[in-house]
Amino acid sequence: MKLKEIIDVLDLELLNLESEDYLDHEYRYVFTADLMSDALYVINQHRHNTILLTALCNSQSLRTAEMLDLTLVIYALDKVVTPEMLKIAKESHINIAVSKDTLFKCSGILYENGLQEAE
Amino acid sequence: MIKKTYTVQKEDFQNAGKASSDIKKVLQELYTPKTTLRKIAVACYEAEINLIIHANGGTIELLVEDEVIKLTFVDDGPGIADIAQAMQPGYSTASKKARDLGFGAGMGLYNIKRVSDEFSISSSPNGTTLKIGFKVEE
Repeated sequence: MKLKEIIDVLDLELLNLESEDYLDHEYRYVFTADLMSDALYVINQHRHNTILLTALCNSQSLRTAEMLDLTLVIYALDKVVTPEMLKIAKESHINIAVSKDTLFKCSGILYENGLQEAE
Repeated sequence: MIKKTYTVQKEDFQNAGKASSDIKKVLQELYTPKTTLRKIAVACYEAEINLIIHANGGTIELLVEDEVIKLTFVDDGPGIADIAQAMQPGYSTASKKARDLGFGAGMGLYNIKRVSDEFSISSSPNGTTLKIGFKVEE
């Protein structure tokens, strides 16, 4: 799915968009987790097309995304993104968005729309 | 040859990952191949976090020489009582605070060894030294 479609189906609030071009960027894989070492373990391929979906709304989720070269992090449960997190996102060229829904619902919607588990 | 040293502080969760981020940038500027760079980033970040959550902080040394990149993590923390057990996926001694912040999955040392070309670890009640190495892949 394109980022603009994901924003639509999840009703996301987009907090950092690297460039307008990213709205047409395709994401095909999702990893849902709150323990970042699990993300570091599982995500090995397709990093530019993989979403990190998490409720861990702190700098470490973005550092994890940075280490993995991910370009999109979605926070569930209407979490509050801090200015420090926005700074890291901009420095590391990571798009970030927030959903009001639970991880379960977000994962389910993305799955229904054809996204696959990260690998 | 390039050598850089970083110091991380115990339980400095606010700045956790900054050293790894800088190391990644340094290696990017050296045109380190992406596959190698990703492995180094994962290993370095995991090891940096270990210094912060398990030790009393510590130092990270980056050494780039010829086609080999080496990282050494040294701390004077309480040490690892059973290294073999600590290497098992899922085994964690992380504090509640660390777990609340997203750490403590018990995958750290396992992840580090998995992605490294060279791996050695020694530990005593006076501290731990972890050395990892990566051959630059084309």
